[in-house]
Amino acid sequence: MTFVERAGAKYLAPMFMVSGFGMSVAVGVVRRLPHVRLRWRTLLDQMHVSGIRSLHVVLFVNFFIGMILALQLGYELSRYGQQEAVGFAVAISMVREMAPVMTAVVLAASVASAMAAELGTMKVQEEITALEVMSIDVISYLIFPRVVALTLVAPILTLLANVVGIIGGGIIAETQLNLDYGGYLTNALNALSDPGFLGLPKSLYSGIIKSTIFGFTIAVVGCASGLQATRGASGVGNSTRAAVRNSIILIIVLNFFLGKLIYT
Amino acid sequence: MIKLDNVSKAFDNQQVLDGLSFEVADGESLVIMGPSGAGKSVILKHIIGLLQADNGLVEVMGHDMLTIGGPQLQKLRRDMGYLFQHSALINWLSVFDNIALPLRETTSLSKSDIDDRVMEVLGLVHMQDAHLKFPAEISGGMQKRVGLARALCTHPKVLLYDEPEAGLDPEMSSEISRMIRRLKEELGVTSVTVTHSVNCALTVGDTLAIFEHGKILLSGPPTEVLNSDHKRVREFLSAPID
Ligand SMILES: Nc1ncnc2c1ncn2[C@@H]1O[C@H](COP(=O)(O)OP(=O)(O)O)[C@@H](O)[C@H]1O
Ligand SMILES: [Mg+2]
Repeated sequence: MTFVERAGAKYLAPMFMVSGFGMSVAVGVVRRLPHVRLRWRTLLDQMHVSGIRSLHVVLFVNFFIGMILALQLGYELSRYGQQEAVGFAVAISMVREMAPVMTAVVLAASVASAMAAELGTMKVQEEITALEVMSIDVISYLIFPRVVALTLVAPILTLLANVVGIIGGGIIAETQLNLDYGGYLTNALNALSDPGFLGLPKSLYSGIIKSTIFGFTIAVVGCASGLQATRGASGVGNSTRAAVRNSIILIIVLNFFLGKLIYT
Repeated sequence: MIKLDNVSKAFDNQQVLDGLSFEVADGESLVIMGPSGAGKSVILKHIIGLLQADNGLVEVMGHDMLTIGGPQLQKLRRDMGYLFQHSALINWLSVFDNIALPLRETTSLSKSDIDDRVMEVLGLVHMQDAHLKFPAEISGGMQKRVGLARALCTHPKVLLYDEPEAGLDPEMSSEISRMIRRLKEELGVTSVTVTHSVNCALTVGDTLAIFEHGKILLSGPPTEVLNSDHKRVREFLSAPID
């Protein structure tokens, strides 16, 4: 085999197999949307598990992101005497990019890994096989509630991330940049009133659309990796690692294409 | 009821089943004994359609397991019960919910009918008292009994037991063997049992088959097989059981 063939066999073939399986899981979940009536209890449980349990990390991380943005942008803007615009700069960066992406990364690290570990353990201990043997629909029973829950939770967390990020930026503006907090906030909110589709604030909904898609992707990748765990001591570990790695890669790549799609 | 004809199966380069053939008649109980890692669990997985043969025919209740479609397979599996070697209970459901799960998911029984049926099968395996416990809180032997109750709760016609007595104390082990025998006699279920225990084979089996190197070495009524002077069978039966 040539080098290219070997590289293809080693890296590309497994990648296509993994993404093919992930796709089939995604399609399976979408096709079962009417099952929401049967599964609302587990759905709420999963929203609690994936939402409430990662809330503090999301808030903490995004508060710091807001402070970092205000500090760095503030220093640069003040060189041109434009430090009043820091509210504008923080709000736009936070709402369009940083909050959706950082929230998604936190969810990838905490929720995708947990889903992969949990389902991977079930797979290795033949619990998934047992469900199959009992003619129980594994996608509907196990995967659907997890994916739908994270799809709903991610945009809610992102909204909260927007709020704490902008507040964090405001604290820096007041204490480090000698700006007035009220003025900062007015400036920030003005920035977010750019009208888009149906006159809705475009920066805000672009972030929310992105985070919804991220939430879906993270849960699908986490669940699909878990279902593909292989036997042996390293099986669950490998599937957990793959879940985090693949969902972060997908978030970054999707972020680029979605941004391009929404803003052109 | 169940028929395997010249079945072969290989994983990577390892030939696990190699021209395996046997038949189980309606209401018959077949016991398969063989060394660890020989592929006994693999046989049961072919019968329930989790694995597909590379070559040969697997036929269950008149269905060819190679060509059976998804919906038909689901329907067929509702008539089958499978006791897993390591129980495979859902770890975040209580004993009660584990058994209720197939009833809730695949039948339209009312809540009170489900409750009654769950407590009934728990009674069969003497586990009513533990119905609120979780799998991690009970011993391996108790998990086995819950697994058995779960396999029974949907009134299957065919039961597949993967080492039902393993990990149980001698008393519970013969209790389980007698229970499998009773189910066969009272309900007329057809069963295939994989075991290491001679006692279990004698209690449960109408037919005993010795399996090694991918095929049946010898089969017949249990007492005959156990007393045969086939060299490999003698070696296998006199070896200490792991
Ligand atoms: N899904 C599988 N993929 C690869 N190898 C398998 C699979 N299932 C079983 N095997 C291999 O087949 C052999 C027989 O396994 P098994 O049926 O579990 O043995 P036992 O007779 O102890 O039940 C083992 O070597 C096992 O590693
Ligand atoms: Mg086995």
